[in-house]
Amino acid sequence: MKQLTVVSGKGGTGKTTLSGSFAYLARDAVILDADVDASNLHLLFPVQVETKMPYSGGKKAFVDEARCTGCGICQELCRFEAIALDGGVARVNPFSCEGCNACAVFCPETAIHMEPVQAGWVQRGNVSGMPLVDGELFPGEETSGGLVATVRKEGQGIAQQHKYGKILIDGAPGTGCPTTSSITYTDFVVIVTEPSQSGLHDLERIVRTVDHFAIPKGVVINKYDLEEGTSARIEQYCATEGIPLMGKVPFDPEVVRAIREARPVVTQPSPAAHAIRDLWEEVQRRVF
Amino acid sequence: MYRIAILSGKGGTGKTLVSTNLAWCLHETGLRVHLLDADAEEPNDALFFPPWEYEEKLVQKRVPSVDLQKCSVCGECTRNCAFSAIHVSPGKALVLENLCHGCGLCTRVCPQNAIVEVPRTIGKVRFGVFPGGMHFSEGELHIAEPSAVPVIRELKKTLDPSAQVAIFDSPPGASCPVVEAVTGADFALLVSEPTPFGMHDLKAALATVSTLGVPSGVVLNRMDAASGDYIAQVEQMGGTLLGTLPFRREIAVAYAQGKLFAREFPEYVPFFEELAAAIWKEGKA
Repeated sequence: MKQLTVVSGKGGTGKTTLSGSFAYLARDAVILDADVDASNLHLLFPVQVETKMPYSGGKKAFVDEARCTGCGICQELCRFEAIALDGGVARVNPFSCEGCNACAVFCPETAIHMEPVQAGWVQRGNVSGMPLVDGELFPGEETSGGLVATVRKEGQGIAQQHKYGKILIDGAPGTGCPTTSSITYTDFVVIVTEPSQSGLHDLERIVRTVDHFAIPKGVVINKYDLEEGTSARIEQYCATEGIPLMGKVPFDPEVVRAIREARPVVTQPSPAAHAIRDLWEEVQRRVF
Repeated sequence: MYRIAILSGKGGTGKTLVSTNLAWCLHETGLRVHLLDADAEEPNDALFFPPWEYEEKLVQKRVPSVDLQKCSVCGECTRNCAFSAIHVSPGKALVLENLCHGCGLCTRVCPQNAIVEVPRTIGKVRFGVFPGGMHFSEGELHIAEPSAVPVIRELKKTLDPSAQVAIFDSPPGASCPVVEAVTGADFALLVSEPTPFGMHDLKAALATVSTLGVPSGVVLNRMDAASGDYIAQVEQMGGTLLGTLPFRREIAVAYAQGKLFAREFPEYVPFFEELAAAIWKEGKA
């Protein structure tokens, strides 16, 4: 089983546009949306949801106000400023509570206990015969990295059970926990960038992140013709770093039209669709 | 001081574009503006301004260190750690610093007092002044560190108390780093784009800011001839549309080259002035 993740560092460079087209072209893969803060891949396909499972991220502290004497030990212990005395009783701010349990362990009245809290959903569905797993995090929740890990575990289970040889993962922007959680132990990472100062700056950071986990990688420049000078600098950077440039996709109004029509861009001919098909050939040669 | 957090849900919709240009336009009107780049995983605001002089401060979290001479391998630390970040065996201690949240519980439950906390650097904040006088701060999370939240927390402490307007360029998404960046804001400005992706993620971002009780408004970026329906969609999901920016190649190119498009094309300055006026009207008094 081979796993491929599409990431970008900078948001909005075209991760989901590429992932959606890869999914359409792959025909026999398990598709995972690991951008759980902003899961959009399902919007490109008519998805039939098969199961929806609650995701419990971690635990949070709850105070039994009848037993709380307002001694304030919990407030002193909490490193996350998540618990404070209010009118003589301890109150927990659930957005700040990281579930460490310190307050519960040291409450002299045993007035605090921890409870698992649902932080989102994991959904399993079907797109034109292929399994799709995605996650949805509740607004403002933490542990998005944990949700990504859960989505991937579910996807690997399906791949093993139904003998799929490919897992395609649409990753998260940034370099933090959801991103690293979407690339660990994968076989290849496709990094999508765009020709802007921000794109290049973020490309350098995501390359270092992928290198930290020692995963093979390649770069795609999306909308390369919007600013050809910067595109040339990105190509130069890739050459210097020895990173394979796997493809260049032109700016094409057809891409936005396809998203608005809720379909992958490769479903109709256009300059971008042509470039993405070539790119998919290159991905197959290198990865699968 | 009036604090504006700029966020988006979906990445790449124009948070940095709006943050930098809005900050610059307000600075030009004579307000004391402090721009803070809270997208610590990918901070880009500084690219749009000339080189600046700054002070730098390391952001550290505390992680456990086990004194193996004192450790009796009782396993109390492992049993208590909610994050599976510490494991001991005879002659060895494994601390998974990436998983550690720095809560300090292991140090307190160790019956041998064998665990102390040592600092681990996870990022930095820089703060200073751009040529021209605008205050600026940025956070940067070190590569492969999982959480930008402590960096954003430190970044907020660099806020110039004499600033009249603080603009926080927030991370994408709708989870913990966004919550940290938006907490304490007087107003949240949500930047989205007229696509199903933009609308889906705007909905999540709106839910996050309303959960936090922060008043908000929406800017739709990259509007074109086929975008009209999306204005109605924003209103249907309970968003207040404060303005739209057109899709223009000249804006994209200025952005790509690291230029402030409102400075390159002054005809866009009134857009930001009107946007600010709408924010003062909609936000907390």
